[in-house]
Amino acid sequence: MRTGLDARLVVRRAAFDLDLALAAAPGEVVALLGPNGAGKSTALRALAGLVPMTGGHVRVDGDDLRPLPPDRRGIGMVFQDYLLFPHLSALENVAFGPRCQGAGRRAARRIAAEWLDRVGLAEFASVRPRALSGGQAQRVALARALAVEPGLLLLDEPLAALDAHTRLEIRAALRRHLAGFSGAAVLVTHDPLDAMVLADRIVVVEGGRLVQQGTPAEVARRPRTGYVARLVGLNLYRGRADAGRVAVADGAATLDTADPLDGDVFLAFAPAAVALYRTRPDGSPRNLWRARVAAVERQGDRVRVQLSGPPFDAVAEVTPAAVAELQLSEGSEIWAAVKATETHVYPA
Amino acid sequence: MRRAPESPRPPLILVAPALAGLAFLVLPLAGLLARAPWTTLGTRLAQDQVLDALRLSLLTATLATCLCVLFGVPLAWMLARAPVPGVRLVRALVTVPLVLPPVVGGVALLLVLGRRGLVGEHLDAWFGITLPFTTAGVVLAETFVAMPFLVISVEGALRAADLRYEEAAATLGASRWTIFRRVTLPLVAPGVAAGAVLCWARALGEFGATITFAGNFPGRTQTMPLAVYLALETDPQAAIVLSLVLLAVSVAVLAALRDRWVSTGT
Repeated sequence: MRTGLDARLVVRRAAFDLDLALAAAPGEVVALLGPNGAGKSTALRALAGLVPMTGGHVRVDGDDLRPLPPDRRGIGMVFQDYLLFPHLSALENVAFGPRCQGAGRRAARRIAAEWLDRVGLAEFASVRPRALSGGQAQRVALARALAVEPGLLLLDEPLAALDAHTRLEIRAALRRHLAGFSGAAVLVTHDPLDAMVLADRIVVVEGGRLVQQGTPAEVARRPRTGYVARLVGLNLYRGRADAGRVAVADGAATLDTADPLDGDVFLAFAPAAVALYRTRPDGSPRNLWRARVAAVERQGDRVRVQLSGPPFDAVAEVTPAAVAELQLSEGSEIWAAVKATETHVYPA
Repeated sequence: MRRAPESPRPPLILVAPALAGLAFLVLPLAGLLARAPWTTLGTRLAQDQVLDALRLSLLTATLATCLCVLFGVPLAWMLARAPVPGVRLVRALVTVPLVLPPVVGGVALLLVLGRRGLVGEHLDAWFGITLPFTTAGVVLAETFVAMPFLVISVEGALRAADLRYEEAAATLGASRWTIFRRVTLPLVAPGVAAGAVLCWARALGEFGATITFAGNFPGRTQTMPLAVYLALETDPQAAIVLSLVLLAVSVAVLAALRDRWVSTGT
């Protein structure tokens, strides 16, 4: 019976310390999201048995796999640059796992052919990995990992090796294949969009620790660290709320909000909610502060304006026309405002 | 106006010694070709003594290469992968035959495997096996001298191979032996092939260790290089013919390895 993944991964090395509790239900896709060096890949390798664990457990469908070597764990893994065996054809690559599990040559080839067909590469069976495109190689790698019928599927940056052009299409295809997989799946990525599209739940890892988890919508709406806030493009502050007024930046400033909360809170608002003025606007009920422009950079048809404190740093998003009108340039002093109703407050 | 950077003109002080060096390497070979008795080449090659020596050389060099691969590949794997303490010392020991004068190797083999040698004594007493001055002795002498070439070549290939392929194989359920057989070995196959060709060429040209350990008996231990040396005193024309054959084999080996070594890096 499938009960999914239940693991606590403890890996201690000289300059690195990972301690992560991780669970995934059968059929659930969990994305490990985090900056470089956060320990996501180490966590994945610990699950696969490729790095020794200092402590914890790895239970897949009830069995503790921690004492087992990688070849006896029955875990499928898709590696970052796929690592298809260069001397074997696509079919032989996929047949490799079933062969190792004791299937006969012909049975293994039949299983492999079925999987290649399932990922839409039946006509590439005899092609060597070198002749495959990045997207095709990724699908062969996925077929190879799934052909051993793993209880747990691991994917290490499955889209990182692809160019932006093909990425969208491949991501959608990968999502379909993951949806068809009945076991638990853990995906490592540093791209928030990949995580949002592919995962049912996001686990954010920083410095070897879990710092936030939730559905993609929750994580996008309520970031709990600066890293996540930057990923999802929100201004985020930690502060103390008192009947809807939130003191931020160690009490240097107070922001009015529409949420009547008390105690330690996070306060978030979108860059587009920030309005900029050359001169102090009159009689406004909004949160208003004096800020210095640290950087102005164009992103598509919008312009991101980095504002530096005191009292606090923020990012504003305005139109190119507004930049010209306000004569924004690095170092200029302006007024920034955000409406109370545009802020979002949630308990810390 | 500055010229586009073409290949730089070498300083004259380098050109002269370079040409002299080239002449020194090429002229003897040219001399060999110039003095060859081309008209009688066919009949001389067909002589029993020449054919025997050639046959023996090809046979022993091939057997020696097989032994080198059989023992050298696992040894290279140990050096490259196994967490053996003192692996640097072991590697140094493996490469000793590379720099050792082959005659010394022959003497050493005699002391160990000779009739009164440390091991040979027992081989003789218990199994009735004598190695020195036999064809098997020739194979052993050639293996001793040639194996380091294979070990070094394969070890280099193993070190350059991406270990993550082996990890990928492990996650697919492959045991360590399966990984070695189906992933590692195919990945380093070019290194093994190059090492084997090199081994074979070295074994084919082996002289010092062979004559010391196996002697010089026509049909039994007299390989091509030994025949060349012997013929030089009795029949210089025959020596030239035999040398030509060895030269042809060397060129063939070079051609086989050209992509690996003689390429200009383009």
